[in-house]
Amino acid sequence: MTLVYFAWVRQKVGAGEERIALPAEVTTVAELAAFLRAKGGGYAEAFADDKRLRVAINQEHAGWDAPVTDADEIAFFPPVTGG
Amino acid sequence: MTTRISIQTHDFDVNAEIAALTEGRSDIGAVVTFSGLVRGDDSLTAMTLEHYPGMTEREIAAHVAEAEGRWPLLGVTVIHRVGRLLPGARIVLVAVASSHRGAAFAAAEFLMDYLKTRAPFWKEEERAGDTRWVEARASDDDAAKRWR
Repeated sequence: MTLVYFAWVRQKVGAGEERIALPAEVTTVAELAAFLRAKGGGYAEAFADDKRLRVAINQEHAGWDAPVTDADEIAFFPPVTGG
Repeated sequence: MTTRISIQTHDFDVNAEIAALTEGRSDIGAVVTFSGLVRGDDSLTAMTLEHYPGMTEREIAAHVAEAEGRWPLLGVTVIHRVGRLLPGARIVLVAVASSHRGAAFAAAEFLMDYLKTRAPFWKEEERAGDTRWVEARASDDDAAKRWR
């Protein structure tokens, strides 16, 4: 799957995009966030508080209980501040 | 309806965008434009905007389509700049053309409220050498909720 990060999430993770193999036990966005948090370092900082993050699956806003597959592009980012 | 959506680093010309919306037409009776500028308060020295290429354009297009379903619109232009901008610079333009002003005013406000709360853009502010990501504001969420 492809993971993309924006704003301070990108800075803490240290990359704007990466490809990972989806672990078999990860089936939802919340489980994916927990998996990434467990990697420690910048990931632990970026995913410390799910409430500060928003997610998009294949470029559509999604919720934390949404299902994820290995073919997805999942984006994690802070609440948007455009305009 | 004509729709133009552009995410760009360069500046835009409001009058040229109005002309492009209305050129050669006699059915348009109203064009409402909203321009957003970089406000240089609290000693802000610059602002850098980041976006999610692809999703940003799709999200804006979806809300333009929703506005078109709610009001009788004849044209919509949305331009949003990204990259590093200085105080006073134009950031965003929403221009809406319709036969009458009521629809144009309402649709322009609707599009701006959704742009602020749904379109994936993020602002990082610079002050005295420090940088800080702008936090989302609850008042912007409240403004968007009015339209539900």
